[in-house]
Amino acid sequence: MEMPEFRTRARQIVEDPTLTFHQRRHHLAYLAENALEYPPLSDAAAEALEKRVICDLYEGAAPYRARYILPDYAKALRQGSAFLELDPPQDLDDALTFLLILYAHVPSITAYPVYFGDLDKLLVPFVDGISDEHLYRSLRRFWLALDRMFPDAFAHMDLGPRDGRIIRTIFRIERELEQVVPNLTFKIDPEVTPDDLIRDAVETVFVNGKPHFVNHPLMVRDLGEEYAAVSCYNSLKIGGGSHTLVRLNLKEVALRHQGTLEDFFTDTLPRYAELTAEIIEARIRYLVEEARFYDHDFLAAEGLISLDRFSAMYGVYGLAEAVDLLMEHQGKDGRYGHDPEANDLSYRITRALKAFVNDRPMPYCEGNAGRCFLHSQSGIDSDLDVTAGTRIPIGDEPEMFEHIVAVTPHHDLFDAGVSDIFHVEDTARRNPQAMVDIIRGALGGGMRDFTFNLATNGFIRITGYLVRKSDIEGFDAHGARHGSTTFAAGSVKNSHVTERNVKRVIARELTPRPGR
Amino acid sequence: MSSRRGLVDRTLRFSTVDGPGNRFVVFMQGCNFNCIGCHNPYTISECNSCGLCVDPCPENALSLDEDHRVVVDRVACTGCEVCIDVCPYDSTPLAEDLDVDELVARIRETAPFLSGVTVSGGEATLQAHFVAELFGRLRADDELSHLTTLVDSNGSAPREVWDLLMPVMDGAMIDLKALDPDTHVRLTGRTNTAVLDSIRYLAAAGKLHEVRLLIVPGYNDDPATMERTLAWLRDVDPDMAIKVIGFRVHGIRPEMSWLTDADPDRIADLADLATSAGFRDVIVV
Repeated sequence: MEMPEFRTRARQIVEDPTLTFHQRRHHLAYLAENALEYPPLSDAAAEALEKRVICDLYEGAAPYRARYILPDYAKALRQGSAFLELDPPQDLDDALTFLLILYAHVPSITAYPVYFGDLDKLLVPFVDGISDEHLYRSLRRFWLALDRMFPDAFAHMDLGPRDGRIIRTIFRIERELEQVVPNLTFKIDPEVTPDDLIRDAVETVFVNGKPHFVNHPLMVRDLGEEYAAVSCYNSLKIGGGSHTLVRLNLKEVALRHQGTLEDFFTDTLPRYAELTAEIIEARIRYLVEEARFYDHDFLAAEGLISLDRFSAMYGVYGLAEAVDLLMEHQGKDGRYGHDPEANDLSYRITRALKAFVNDRPMPYCEGNAGRCFLHSQSGIDSDLDVTAGTRIPIGDEPEMFEHIVAVTPHHDLFDAGVSDIFHVEDTARRNPQAMVDIIRGALGGGMRDFTFNLATNGFIRITGYLVRKSDIEGFDAHGARHGSTTFAAGSVKNSHVTERNVKRVIARELTPRPGR
Repeated sequence: MSSRRGLVDRTLRFSTVDGPGNRFVVFMQGCNFNCIGCHNPYTISECNSCGLCVDPCPENALSLDEDHRVVVDRVACTGCEVCIDVCPYDSTPLAEDLDVDELVARIRETAPFLSGVTVSGGEATLQAHFVAELFGRLRADDELSHLTTLVDSNGSAPREVWDLLMPVMDGAMIDLKALDPDTHVRLTGRTNTAVLDSIRYLAAAGKLHEVRLLIVPGYNDDPATMERTLAWLRDVDPDMAIKVIGFRVHGIRPEMSWLTDADPDRIADLADLATSAGFRDVIVV
């Protein structure tokens, strides 16, 4: 970027009336980062990035912090922090204040923390002798602080799988406050989590579209007990995280494919899969070896994160279009989500990608035995005519049962998360047990992540994250307090999120390019 | 022994509105009532193979076979329901002649997602032997015995039919269209003696899952009528579950155009009467 362009863009950001001060500063930093050279890439990888066959989610040209960081908050609460000059908290209110302070110092790609901890577990040591009323009042105050201090819908908290009064109080507060932040994931273990608690969560979804539900035993199988879903559908190891997330657009790969179906699996797909890995490797090396993030950040120095619990996320999207294109190449009209042969082809593609990722060593990825995690990436606001991750296209979803059966085989493969969203009719509101049944069935059948929402509540789920419908409607004129609303406004304009039919769900997720 | 066959209008894998939890629903074809406000009138009659629907089918999915019966090409059929729109006999050529084995197989596929199975219609009890065999099979199957079995009925069945179903049925949901026999005739074409007897009989056996009161403006929506109905029901069982349903014109036959949607505020007021009458489990739809 030449200086005159840099100056023009900097001035646009500084003078943009729809951005808050913090948002302007964030965008200026991004502009500055992108004035630097990208980590060295081969010509083929650079071209694939340029043509958006591979997308680095506009993370920036010179990564200087990991994309997703999951501090070990339990350890922090036990040992205090020398860097922050804080002793270990002794009671509930000390602990909540301690956490608020710590959150403010946790970096991420969005500049806000993407993980607030498994709060119900974190607080267990602090609630003996605390009255229900005290717990409620303290948590309610804490909730207000989270939403106002970290106004980003990717700021995420995990709960469950065990029942208890902390998680019950949190669901109650969620229903009362109807806030965007924190986004929530509820871990379900069929052996441990009672129906009654799942019903409480379902009734919370009816009010504000949260939480997401995850398959705890499957997550533990892939990531161990110490895992969390962060940002949205990104399952990673606590005390670690993900250096970066780079995603391969399978639709673009299929468009560039010539030859037989077998050639796709032996030539085209592996070629682009390797280019994606090359970009991930270049970004990791810059972050670890040049920016030396893990050498200087206090989270690492105090053992709240450690490099050996990190890996990188290898994302894919546009599977639906890729499958349909490859079917067309063969003169067949079966579509992904509806036709058994098309579905089988989709499973063959994701299994091939999983095999590739498992065979491709990656530096500084000891958090997953020196390999990337596979991730079904759920989209960003600038995606056009391409379906998120491994989802079935918006408006083309079959009935719920067929939908679940069609997508479930993918879930086993995506250890770092996969999102399929179900929109259910408002009649479910009178019958929360029905949603409990469906969630149990879906997770029991092998789904990893399950999200549903009602057509009628005041929130709209753009991808994995939520915004208030009223915030989107007012955005053009006034801007928005939540950083993610900016992305959502673009997503709504570029698609038909607000015009969808019941159970029709749009699919975009995660931070697009700031400073556009 | 081969399993019994039944005429099934359609099956629904997931339903949140046909009883507690998520339920598989079997809609049986054929009904002995002719309710003016029927929302699925094509389930009333059995297809008589008149053939009037064959030509209008835009997918050419319908034809007359050599026995002059209307047959459906289920691959070509897109479910557009033009055949149902043109049928002058309140029927459909799409109903399936299914045996219990086939139905159990469909339920098995969905079972991990379900609280239970509801058989509705049409009028389920007109094919009571089929329903009883289906429920019996579910109860005897280790993978399916967790499913609760409910019948959604107009209540016209005699005690002998309930005796057949009760050993394998967790409960029945009975529509009481009107307590007053004349109003009942105007609404359904039939008197309500059997319906009232079914409610008493099922309640005494602990098999009355709920009573539905469909409130149709101009027929049974005045408070005095509601209070009389509630008094009768309370006399049968003060602990029964009551569902108060406001009539909606959506889906009814075009010739019933004088009917109007129930006013939600009025329905709420009538439901309050049920609560005031001491019923604890009152749902408004």
